[in-house]
Amino acid sequence: MSALPQVSAARPVASAVAAAPLLAVDAISLTFGGIKALTEVSFEVRPQEVFSIIGPNGAGKTSLLNCVSGRYRPSRGRIAFKGTDVTALRPNERCHLGIGRTFQNLALFNHMTVLDNIMVGRHHLLKNNFFTGALYWIGGAQREELEHRRAVEEIIDFLEITHIRKAIAGTLSYGLRKRVELARAIALKPDLILLDEPMAGMNLEEKEDMARYILDLNEEWGMTVIMIEHDMGVVMDVSHRIMVLDFGRKIAEGAPEAIIENPHVKTAYLGADVEMSVVADAGGPA
Amino acid sequence: MNLDFLLQLVVNGLIVGTLYGVVAMCFVLIYKSTQIVNFAQGEFLLIGAWVCWWFMTEYRLPLWAGLPLTFAFMAIFGVLLQIVVLRPMIGQPIISVIMVTIGLSMVFQALMGWIFGVFAKPFPPVFEHAAVNVLGLQVQSAYLMSLLISVVIMAGFYWFFKHSRIGLAMRATAYDQQAAQSLGVSVKQVFAMAWAISAVVSALAGVVVGMVNGVSSALSFFGIKVFPAVILGGLDSIVGAIVGGLVIGVLENVAEYFDSQWLHIGNLYTVAPFYALVIILMIKPYGLFGTRNIERI
Repeated sequence: MSALPQVSAARPVASAVAAAPLLAVDAISLTFGGIKALTEVSFEVRPQEVFSIIGPNGAGKTSLLNCVSGRYRPSRGRIAFKGTDVTALRPNERCHLGIGRTFQNLALFNHMTVLDNIMVGRHHLLKNNFFTGALYWIGGAQREELEHRRAVEEIIDFLEITHIRKAIAGTLSYGLRKRVELARAIALKPDLILLDEPMAGMNLEEKEDMARYILDLNEEWGMTVIMIEHDMGVVMDVSHRIMVLDFGRKIAEGAPEAIIENPHVKTAYLGADVEMSVVADAGGPA
Repeated sequence: MNLDFLLQLVVNGLIVGTLYGVVAMCFVLIYKSTQIVNFAQGEFLLIGAWVCWWFMTEYRLPLWAGLPLTFAFMAIFGVLLQIVVLRPMIGQPIISVIMVTIGLSMVFQALMGWIFGVFAKPFPPVFEHAAVNVLGLQVQSAYLMSLLISVVIMAGFYWFFKHSRIGLAMRATAYDQQAAQSLGVSVKQVFAMAWAISAVVSALAGVVVGMVNGVSSALSFFGIKVFPAVILGGLDSIVGAIVGGLVIGVLENVAEYFDSQWLHIGNLYTVAPFYALVIILMIKPYGLFGTRNIERI
């Protein structure tokens, strides 16, 4: 990934280092029947940070993200966002507080246009209801509509998808659909955005574009990003901090250069002895 | 003249067909957004008509006052039904949900019979002339009103789903609940709204039919007639529901014509839509506009 915008590994976070955490995950565990997907995972994400979660397949990365977004409810532990406990809130309620996400396996509304997909993302910002909407021209609904359209166009420009805005989402290429999904998540204007493998299945060029969008989102739009990604080059270049999961447990957390040197991480994930570590921990969940 | 008779029947068919279309749309709305096959759709017409009849005879309210009250009642009724009966059924096998709606339909029919009696009761007259002459054809005033209202409702549905953000949220929920929820759409609210809209619009259809034929349990038969329309149009297509409704409306009236002129079977009128239903299921099970489940590899 040499062509990536070269960001030094110790990329400074825009906000003050001592700022209160935006997201605080406190010892959450998640079990499916007898299988422990997550065991006592704790971490904090500071405002305007890019925080990456890495780990082998089945380590619980997506489960963790689902706990933060509200799709799963952890069996133990608590999650606080902007200082309020959100552990019991539904996904749509967390979205209103400012958590947006994309999905590992694309979840676009395939039969809608790109524009409509993004407009759904504006839904929670909508003040007009069914009745004021019926008085479209009088009640200010039209003005609101125009405002939203402007915001949406800005996002479309930013992600360079102007040429496909009227296209039906399901007909687009995989890379473009990933980009539309990101646009839809940004349309929420979230403070925290969760990206589940934003670069999976992309070619080199698409990956570079996506990395650039994530950096811009973080630096120019001031969004805090939590990202799951397998491409270590991207993760090392883009992240402020990295957390490593293995068999549902946190085994390391820190700045990119520290993670690379971490012996646990080397055996569990980065090093060559992946098979060895799997055998050693065969009792854990797959 | 026979040709006049046929023309009269076709016009009747088109008018009744738009009503079928409206009720079918309500059915599709519930199916699309909540994946529930609502066998109690006809009872929505029945309840709506009885409630409106009650407001108009008991309190002597004019139609313009009785109808909004009926709508308010039906909206609350739809939401409550969804919350109390159908929300707990989320995640249950589809056959259980179907059994529940069939059960609801029986309960409501019995309940209405118990409260209002089993005999048909006429609506207080709303129009000065029960029927008007349009280009030499006798058309019931209530049907003329229903035609107008139906078209307005259809246009309203179109606008609502195409252009309003709540409609967009409903479409999104119908397609992928998880994704919609991650975008801040409350699935609970969408479900409740689908039932409320469906109940209100069905009640309107019930009132119109009640004005022509009187209010009786026969109204709930409308809900069964809607099945051929919905299957023809495709279970999950709003446009399909309208087209299906029109086709079934014309079909049963043309069947009536052939029956009375030549076949003399008697009551072909009632069965013809169901012959159509069986044939459609055999040759085009997804209907004209329904989504096929395409496997993408």
